[in-house]
Order: sequence, then structure tokens, then C-alpha cells
Amino acid sequence: MPATAAPPDSDRAAYRCALLDLARRDSRIWCLDSDLGGLERQFEAELPRQYVDAGIAEANLMTMAAAVASTGLLPFANTMAAFASARALEQIKIDIAYPALPVRIVATHSGFAAAHLGPTHHAQQDLAVLRTMPNLTVLTPADVGETVRLIDAVAYLPGPVYVRLGRSPIPPVYPAGAEPAFVVGQAVELRAGDDVTIVAAGPLPVRFALDAADALAARGHAARVLNLHTIKPLDVPALVDAAERTAGLVTVEDHSLLGGLGGAVAEALAEHRPAPVRRVGIADAFCPRPGSHAEQLAAAGVSTDAVVAAALAVLTTRVSS
Amino acid sequence: MSVEALPTSLGPAGDVLALHRTALAVREHVLAIAAGPVGTHVGGSLSSVDILVALYQEVLRVRPAEPDWPDRDYFVLSKGHASAALYATLAERGFFPVAELASYGRADGRLMAHPTRAVPGVEHATGSLGHGLSFAVGLALVARRTGRPNRVFVLLGDGELQEGSVWEAAMAAAHYELDNLTAIVDRNRLQINGFTEDRMGLEPLVDKWRAFGWQASEVDGHDFGELVPALRTPPAAGAPAVLVADTVKGRGVRHLEHRKQGHFAKLGAQAYERALGALRQAA
Repeated sequence: MPATAAPPDSDRAAYRCALLDLARRDSRIWCLDSDLGGLERQFEAELPRQYVDAGIAEANLMTMAAAVASTGLLPFANTMAAFASARALEQIKIDIAYPALPVRIVATHSGFAAAHLGPTHHAQQDLAVLRTMPNLTVLTPADVGETVRLIDAVAYLPGPVYVRLGRSPIPPVYPAGAEPAFVVGQAVELRAGDDVTIVAAGPLPVRFALDAADALAARGHAARVLNLHTIKPLDVPALVDAAERTAGLVTVEDHSLLGGLGGAVAEALAEHRPAPVRRVGIADAFCPRPGSHAEQLAAAGVSTDAVVAAALAVLTTRVSS
Repeated sequence: MSVEALPTSLGPAGDVLALHRTALAVREHVLAIAAGPVGTHVGGSLSSVDILVALYQEVLRVRPAEPDWPDRDYFVLSKGHASAALYATLAERGFFPVAELASYGRADGRLMAHPTRAVPGVEHATGSLGHGLSFAVGLALVARRTGRPNRVFVLLGDGELQEGSVWEAAMAAAHYELDNLTAIVDRNRLQINGFTEDRMGLEPLVDKWRAFGWQASEVDGHDFGELVPALRTPPAAGAPAVLVADTVKGRGVRHLEHRKQGHFAKLGAQAYERALGALRQAA
């Protein structure tokens, strides 16, 4: 079946189609695989000269990608977030980030997306680790269409990029025909509102944020919802504006409470515009039980209900101050 | 491969004398750097000097005034702690002024004690072991796929071979039949804690490479008559080649040779004079 026959329903599938489209137009775009399953049927089958399988060897994958980029080509290095952010981290640091080589590291199964496979394949630390890498742009799209626009937007960025993807089908965030252009470093306001701000990144967190905004609206609170698809460089002006115009911020992420989106937002606001911040993220523990992605997140403290409760807590802060 | 079987591409004896002179100059620079403010990994630098000089003076197609020349042969120093030897060799070859070597490790210079791409001629930042072969594999793969003439050389330490990522790269090089890739192992048999075979044994080393699909041979890492033809000869078609170069840690300074204490040194004035004297006496 041709790769583009059916519209993709997951960010992973959408990315793979977008990558193939790019590579058809530009032979400098290479796909470096690490036995992920699927890219060989799709990308390699059509463009074998632009495809390399490193096998199950993520360290070698990343350094080879760096070398490929150093020759003027534009490699996309494919692995899972768990391996990009831990096993092959030194290769990303030294071989890609230090020389600022234009490798696009595309990591699926981020956060708890690997779900029932458990902590071996969970990546609840990748944002915390990778946003400390100098030169690296760190991105996570919220839906299928945004994934495609993101890939197009970063294909020719001069430096290295980390793209955080999931695995399973995800619902659209933007109404058809109303998709905004993807601008690296620029948060997207999904809902206007001046009572409280919810800042989210990634498909499920953005979905929780939108559902929470609906629940809050039913209670008479207008929540602003920001899709912070760029974790680095951070859109500080959008955060400062939210801190100035609303009671405070709730952050939502499919990532540890420590050092990810919530950490980045809290760091920025502590310096630029102190405001109440409540973080909704994965509690500091390994996931103890199998289950679906959403079930595991809920058990770890990340759900629509948790976002609503955090937003109400922020609103209470305003009333009491 | 036996040296006798190779074409006699080495120039007349005058070339060997010139190589010895350059190697002596590089070793003197290494000792001067070791006597500088931050010291250096002197033992592993001295063991690799003759390999580096053979490569840069007789083998690599490079343009010192145009380090990024696309058709250049690539060299990656995977054992990045031998930076003093690399920088000195690059300076002697004309990539930057020899006088700049005095800035090694200084805040007002660019000569980081582990190689960095800011230095003309340095292909990749190294120093954390186990990365260089993967980088060389990536370069060789691109050259093959795009039909470019570049040969790729990479120098590994022997202790470095204890890093697992080296063998990921070795597997990939053979899988992709990278016969434009030549690795050299600086087999000085010492790592910080002692002899490799006492700490984490590597033997049978040539057999290991062969089992990974490489064309492996041994060479005297201090004999230009062996080194130059072995390095000049491209690998036979279909597989990468590795030269396990028998070397002496601290080579050229008798009281540092074969000694783990010579791994790193920050030489005081007296120790520097003694080392320089020993070097010149041996030469």
C-alpha cells in the first residue's frame, strides 16, 4: 500500500509521510533508522539511497547521523525517546549538539506513550535532559497536522532539532482549515481567556487542557490555553503575558514533574514575571502497572480532572491575595 | 597483508628522513605542551606521533589552506586525548601557525585540550572514547553513497576498544562494505590503570576485527617504511581495513616509554629539559 494512501492518524505515521515527501523533493534528506519497524517498508522501499539502517545500535546511529550532517546532508535520526534521551545521550551531546550539526532526532514513544511496555520504554525524562543541551531545538507537536507543519518548518533549520512524538492515534486539535502556521519558538493560543492560563505540550496534555477549559467554562471561568509546542527556545513573552493578564498558570505535560515543560515555565516566570504556577505532570516515580497511555498518566497524576483542580487552585490564589 | 606485497609507493630514503625530522619536531612540540600550564596526555600522544606524521605528510589528500575541501581525505582522531600530537602535526603540515601551539589549554586560545572543530583541520570533536569510529563510518558511508573519492582514516586507542560503541560501529562498517575506511589502532598496550591485558584484555585483537568482517593486519607503528605503504594502500574491495599498529607508549623519551606513569604529565622545567634531552639523544 502506498505510504500516503490513507490519512495518517498518529503523529508517528504523519511524520513518516512528511519525511518521505520531503525526501522525494530533496535528496539531501536522509532517513537513519534503528530497526524501528515500518520505515524500511515505506522510506527504504522508495528511496533506498537516502536510507540507512543502523540496526539496534542507537549510539552508533546518532554519531553516524552527526557525520552525515557534517558533509552537508540533512539526516533524520529515528529512535524512541527512551533511547534518544538516555542510551544515546552522550552521542547527542558530543557529536550532535556540541558541533551544532543539523541532525533531526525524531523520537517516538515519548512520555508514557509506550504504555503497557512500562518504564523500559517510557521516557518521562527526555525534556528535562535534552533542553539542557546547548544548540538543540526541542519540539513536540499536538496533533497530526501540526506534526506535518513542524517537520516542514524544521527541515532546513541550521542547527540540531529534537522532535518528541508519540505512537498511537490522536484526535485533531485544530479545526480543519484553521491550522496556524508552525513557527518555532512561538506558542499557539488555542483558547482565549483572562482568568487562568493552561500551558500544555503534546497530544494528550493539549487534549486534557482543552477539556479542562471546557469544564472551567461551565463553572464560569475563562481559561486561556497555550499549546507550547516549542520547549526550547521557550516563548517567554507569551508566558509573561499570561502571567500578567491571568491569575496564574497551570502546566500540563506527558513528562516528569521535574525539569520538563513545568520546570521550564516556572524557571522563566520566576525571573521574568513571578506568578502562581501549578504543574501537572508525571509524579516522580516509575509507572508500577500496565495500562493504556491515558490510564497510566491518570494514575501518575496527569488528567483533565487534575488540570481542572490545578486551575481552580490557581484561581483561589487570586481570590485570596 | 604483507608489506612486501605492496607497491613500493614510499618515496626515496630522503622522504623517510624528512618524516623522521617532522616526527621529532612534533614530539618536541608535545613535550613543550606537556610543560605548559595544563600538561597533556604525553604517553599516548608520543605513541601516535609516527602514525599521524605518516598520514599527514605522505598519505592524506588535504589542503591545509582549505580545510573543508570537499574531496579531502578525512582523518578522525578517536583517541582525542592525543590532541597535543594532532595539533602539532596539523601545525607542522601548515593548517595553522606552529607558534599557536603555545596557546594549548589557555583561555585566550582555541586549542582545547580535547580536539574541537574550531581548530583548522580537526574533523570532529573527540575525547570521550568510543565515538570516532562511528563518525568515520558515517563519513565513509556518505562518500560511498554519493560516489565521492574521499578516503576515511580513524585512529583509535587500544584501551578505547573496551567501549562497546566501537563494536557497534565496527559491525556497521563491515555491513556496509566500507572499503574506503581504514582504522588504525594505536596498540601501545597501556591504559591508565596498567597494561590492557591485565586490566581488560583485548586479545586476540586481530582475530576480533576479522570476526567483525574487517581486513586486519599488524604493522610497526614507528617504522615509516611499513606505515606509509600500509596506509597508502586502500582496503581491498568489499570490506574496511584495520591496521593494528604496534607502538610504544611514551615513544622517544626513554624514561617515559612503556610506563603507565607517562599517561599524563605536566612537566616542570627540570623534567621538561630531561625529557627533551632524552628525546634528542634517542633521535
